[in-house]
Amino acid sequence: MASVFSGAPPAGGPGYSFKSTPTPSQASGIREHSFYPYADNGGSTLGISGADFTILAGDTRSTSGYSINTRYEPKLFKIGGEGPDHVGATLVLSVVGFAADGHALKERLDTIVKMYKYQHGKPMSVAACAQRLSHMLYGKRFFPYYVHAILGGLDEEGKGALYSYDPVGSYEREQCRAAGAAASLIMPFLDNQVNFKNQYMPGSGEGHALQQRVPEPLPRADVEALVKDAFDGAVERHIEVGDGLQTMIITKEGIEERYAPLKKD
Amino acid sequence: MNHLPQAWGRPRDDVYGAYDASHFQMSGPTQHSSRPIVTGTSVVAVKFKDGVVIAADNLASYGSLARFTDVKRLRTFNSKSVLGFGGDVSDMQYLDRLLNSLSVRENYSTSIDDSGKSDLDAHNLHRYLSKVMYKRRSDFNPLWNHILVAGLGEKDAPFLASVDLLGTTFSSPTLATGFGAHLAQPILRRQVPDEAASKELSQEKAVELIRECMKVLFYRDARSMDKYSIAVISKSGVDLKEDEKLENQSWAFAEGIRGYGTQVN
Repeated sequence: MASVFSGAPPAGGPGYSFKSTPTPSQASGIREHSFYPYADNGGSTLGISGADFTILAGDTRSTSGYSINTRYEPKLFKIGGEGPDHVGATLVLSVVGFAADGHALKERLDTIVKMYKYQHGKPMSVAACAQRLSHMLYGKRFFPYYVHAILGGLDEEGKGALYSYDPVGSYEREQCRAAGAAASLIMPFLDNQVNFKNQYMPGSGEGHALQQRVPEPLPRADVEALVKDAFDGAVERHIEVGDGLQTMIITKEGIEERYAPLKKD
Repeated sequence: MNHLPQAWGRPRDDVYGAYDASHFQMSGPTQHSSRPIVTGTSVVAVKFKDGVVIAADNLASYGSLARFTDVKRLRTFNSKSVLGFGGDVSDMQYLDRLLNSLSVRENYSTSIDDSGKSDLDAHNLHRYLSKVMYKRRSDFNPLWNHILVAGLGEKDAPFLASVDLLGTTFSSPTLATGFGAHLAQPILRRQVPDEAASKELSQEKAVELIRECMKVLFYRDARSMDKYSIAVISKSGVDLKEDEKLENQSWAFAEGIRGYGTQVN
């Protein structure tokens, strides 16, 4: 007679006077997370490529809002090479925006470039690394790395190579690029001084007949002076830029790293 | 009473209406913590020539209620590091358990020679924590803390760095979380503006400086308390005092403040 207490209501007969199982309630609609997973850590970076070198530079201030987290937090990272000190590396990545995403991106790219060398027995070319970085950024298209990346190196012909990225992986090889908080201050300066925008040959004509001054790769000393001027200008007008200037110069001899103080106010 | 024993003794739907099962949360998204509940306030720390001093008060607040007055927010790890937790206290206790199990695992899996070289140092610990915090923020399930890691890093050099709920990391000779970033950090930076200054700082001066900061924080931070913990980490080990009381409090300086309230100048 076990079936008498089976628990199931008799078929066709009266049901329970209560619902023994709770019915799923309606989803309460769209809920908003009050947690925002990004922060803006300020700072600015720039890169310029020359005939046989590439320079990347970034300030070392890290901010949250109006607070300075620290006066020395590098935004430039060597990629590849041997071991944790990147001995013999030929690539440099600069990241500006959300620093935690920047670190995660740099560590992933560094691992990939090192694994490439173990697996193929030759160092990764800057063009290959550039495309891989684009794919990594696009791979997080719907939860992006909130960073503006610039990758520098030397191409197969030994010419300076510079690639710039948006946060979701659109990329382009360029002569120069400024990114970060003071990009809007530095980029027009670079357009004029590196690509000679709005510079015309004197006496070449009137109005539309004026001929644009043809851009050519700049010598290293000029580029180093441009980097210093760009950051001295940005520090003056942007509160999130300052404290120190980290510079990496990539030549066929390797990567030369420098630090120079900037205004700390 | 009907013939269905399952229904006996239960409120009847025809009398009381169907049971409201909405609190079972059968549907809708998983809820993650969207704000901290029981919180600890500032943590302050400074590097000196052969170690680090770190302090935090013993209060855990429930909103504006001073709820728990004997909560230890400094935690030692491996006798080489001390962590200072700001933010949610239950997340702190979770991290405490996590680090305890890490510590046990490390102690069993590595053989510690006389030099104690296989111990995880403060640098390793900070890296580990930053990965945990970044993973949790990427899962939209953050641990609502801002943590200072103080201790000895590579070659027993003083190490001080911070990690927050977003996984953002930075390092500086002086650090302070929460309200301390606004109130204590300027005091600390006036005495210790850079690495060079921290290499000149004696232990006595560092402790005195931190105690001064705790006093200023107690004067002006409404979520603080006059009972606090202070730890000194140096080559001779960790000296943790968890029952310190603020001394020599005086509002005499208030006499000299002009420009607020009733006196305008």
